[in-house]
Amino acid sequence: MEGYSLDTRIIVVTSGKGGVGKTTVTANISAALAKEGYSVVAIDADIGLRNLDVVMGLENRIVYNLVDVVEKSCRLEQALVRDKRVNNLYLLPAAQTRTKDAVSPEQMLELCESLRGSYDFVIIDSPAGIEGGFRNAAVAADEALVVATPEVSSVRDADRIIGLLESDGKRSINLIVNRYRPQMVKKGNMLDVSDVSEILAVKLLGVVPEDEEVVVSTNKGEPLSLGHNSPAARAFRNICHRLLGKDIPLQYPNENEGKGFWEGIKSLFRL
Amino acid sequence: MGFLSRFFKLGDSKKQAKERLQLVLIHDRADISAGMMEMLRKDIIEVISRYMEIDENQIELELEKENKSVALVANIPIVRVKRNCRDVKVGSDKAK
Repeated sequence: MEGYSLDTRIIVVTSGKGGVGKTTVTANISAALAKEGYSVVAIDADIGLRNLDVVMGLENRIVYNLVDVVEKSCRLEQALVRDKRVNNLYLLPAAQTRTKDAVSPEQMLELCESLRGSYDFVIIDSPAGIEGGFRNAAVAADEALVVATPEVSSVRDADRIIGLLESDGKRSINLIVNRYRPQMVKKGNMLDVSDVSEILAVKLLGVVPEDEEVVVSTNKGEPLSLGHNSPAARAFRNICHRLLGKDIPLQYPNENEGKGFWEGIKSLFRL
Repeated sequence: MGFLSRFFKLGDSKKQAKERLQLVLIHDRADISAGMMEMLRKDIIEVISRYMEIDENQIELELEKENKSVALVANIPIVRVKRNCRDVKVGSDKAK
């Protein structure tokens, strides 16, 4: 485990558009990295609309939140919720009854810098939009993961976000294509992965197929990458390994994934 | 391809999505709206018309993408160069 150099990587997960899966990606990548033995703090920067806590299944254990920390109502360590299912995974929840104005970029920077050196990864879940909330989430990050679904509106917003991140001087901007539906792509009714990455012109870190298990895992509050073996779970683990610098070839989700032999044969002829 | 896609009942909304996206992103990135392009088009016609007669209906004026940079590409068919202007231009042909 070479992960304990404590050369902290601070990564913002963002998208511009809402509802494309930022929170799911944050929860799963954080859990996958912790599974690999790295220490991880997942920060919910969506103040007023917090959700990372429920997706990670830690909502019942919150005492303090991000705003309490920046207002110095508590120490940072007091606000971190430790995940009991895996070592070294922590959540810093957002405040639910406050607004985005409760935190300034300077405070966010100070908060993240105080985590530097103590954890391997800080993964920040950004709110949708390009205003203050996004600015707060991105200000301290060295790297960005841009989540986009293969839809016109999502790709357009991702392009805008990438432009903002580039002008902010982020040294690494990677793309995750989420909710990919191979059947629709095959029928010519969905942008394929190469279309999206060509248009956005940033490095593609991974493709997550549309997977019902994602909804099930959110229902339960158990991130898939903690141990599940569905197509999306595998995609999240691959993304985690690529983040760690391992050379995992990009596998485009197969439309026959998870189906039996006959289903596969049938879908061949369905066209 | 048209035949094949009809034969297999392939949708073409993907193609439309890509084309529309590429166009809208050129405008987004350059921060030039369709309205602004129309104003530019009118101004270009006005200026060029001082020197030559052009076919206004055949003008192609587009933003094109080359990697990450954007170029303004105009294709303006000339019907006839105005004579009185040609004499003036020979002497002061600085703009190439």
